[in-house]
Amino acid sequence: MATAPNATTPADWTWNPRALLRRYASGDEIAHLITLICAGSILLLTAMLVYQLWIHSLESRQKFGWSFFFTSVWDPVFSHFGALTFIYGTLLTSALALLLAVPLGVGAAIYLAELAPRRLSDSLTFVSDMLAAVPSVIYGLLGMFLLVPIMRTTIQPWLKASLGFLPLFQGPMFGTGFLTAGIVLAVMIVPYILSVSREVLLAVPRDLREAALGLGATRWEMTWRVVLPAARVGIFGSVFLALARALGETMAVTMVIGNNPKISASLFSSGYSIAAVLANEFSEATGNLYLSALIELGLVLFLVTFVLNGFARLLIVVTTARGTTTGHA
Amino acid sequence: MNAKLIWRKSLNVFMLSLTGLCALLTVSALFVVLGFLIYHGGKDLSWNFFTRLPVPVGETGGGMANAMLGSLKLVFLAALFGVPIGVLGGVYLAEFGGNTVPFLIRYTADLLNGAPSIVIGIFAYTVVVIRFHFSTLAGGFALGVMVIPTVMRNTESFLRDVPRSLREGSFALGANRWKMVATVVVPAARQGILTGVLLALARVAGETAPLLFTAFGNAFWSPGWSQPTAALPLVIYTYALGPYEEWHELAWAGGLVLLAMVLLTNIVVRGFLSRGAQVERS
Repeated sequence: MATAPNATTPADWTWNPRALLRRYASGDEIAHLITLICAGSILLLTAMLVYQLWIHSLESRQKFGWSFFFTSVWDPVFSHFGALTFIYGTLLTSALALLLAVPLGVGAAIYLAELAPRRLSDSLTFVSDMLAAVPSVIYGLLGMFLLVPIMRTTIQPWLKASLGFLPLFQGPMFGTGFLTAGIVLAVMIVPYILSVSREVLLAVPRDLREAALGLGATRWEMTWRVVLPAARVGIFGSVFLALARALGETMAVTMVIGNNPKISASLFSSGYSIAAVLANEFSEATGNLYLSALIELGLVLFLVTFVLNGFARLLIVVTTARGTTTGHA
Repeated sequence: MNAKLIWRKSLNVFMLSLTGLCALLTVSALFVVLGFLIYHGGKDLSWNFFTRLPVPVGETGGGMANAMLGSLKLVFLAALFGVPIGVLGGVYLAEFGGNTVPFLIRYTADLLNGAPSIVIGIFAYTVVVIRFHFSTLAGGFALGVMVIPTVMRNTESFLRDVPRSLREGSFALGANRWKMVATVVVPAARQGILTGVLLALARVAGETAPLLFTAFGNAFWSPGWSQPTAALPLVIYTYALGPYEEWHELAWAGGLVLLAMVLLTNIVVRGFLSRGAQVERS
């Protein structure tokens, strides 16, 4: 859009009192104020959210300080709380999810943006959007009753047999655990990577492609050497966006990670994540210190995703008109 | 052809088919999800399921009527709280804002949109539950907070799609700004705004995490608005984790109903209501 649609008419900016009075009488200023209050409520809500979590985690912050993040003891009986195991679980499952989802999502986005005819591309994107709309408890349900048995009987024994010399693939196989949670998360975040990456790829100018093809590149060389580098920043943005989703994802992870606070190098081992411990223990927390430790976990989760999302949006804004910009491309 | 060219051409074919495979894998996930839910959940759907309360383990014929009503009440509250604020806020961003303030609001809305839903649950807990107790109201508040940023951004983007000529025509006829917005721009973007609202509501209808310690769950009917209530996603979660086979079957059936509701809303809304309009996906 060339000009902002909200460009004011010249008469709005004459500062003589009668014009001002007329504007109040006409209701423009009142409408402006009401809508401003509604829009501003977003800022208010966010500030309130941070403030509430901050003051309600006061007790835990005072008692444990920074050591909260470096101790792995989580003992409600003796009121000693450290977040390390949960942070480890959250980071490990999200990293696994990215490892699986990024090649899949970006690969699919390349197909949809570069190869598929427009109609096919649009309908496949529609299907991917539907995947993004599936509630997370449903992914959890499928994870528990479909993926966990398959992991236990097939995938984990197979990994152990072929790659068992690595510490990653050792230990007892229950079906639940880090790896299973990572796979479920991967399925959940692929649609986000796919839809944003596709749009970023489509925004790469046609001239670049034609120049590459004109120089004798094959289609793949054009994609790999020209289009992907041009879209790199936006794709990173989509990955960070997906990472923020993965870090905060609660239900599906809670249902398959095993809910066992321990740090283990084995991906088969059951573990725990920040969101999962919140889901399981929050409503049963007895004592203020316990509750405030949980709220501190929530605060950490919020701040991390907030920063990641902020960063991702900036990256996407740079390459397309998506993200936080005002208009359409 | 020399060897290098053959290598390049085969790499080309190989990698491009790999991307096709990626797309196929991704898309097939939806059909796996749908297929399994229909396979496992379909056989347990009955009239009882929609009309009766849960029964104790061992008895047959229990349903999830209270959870469905609970979900409906929660979404209604979320709409009541979130939609007016979201739509009016969107009007501000598209019609009244300048440059700096709207950018800040837009950015914050996007960030709030990406915040983990369980954190929104904690927020609602500290604001509502600590002062009162677990209730439908608290759950509705949590979902409402999640509705606001989505509706706001969607409304804004649809309002911006309204052609400039309509606005100018309205100004030319002597309307002032709010009259132009209220009688020309908003009606022109009506379908889009409705689309954004329905998609946001469909999304929160499937949310479990923010309800865990706000709506809390209830095995019985929840009269009024100030008592703990069951909700469909909550019941699915509880039943899936339970040790009984009957519960698992009910969880599948509940999952099927929830998924059908969410997907049908999405398909109908995206396919018919917003014909041609671009829906914000994020």
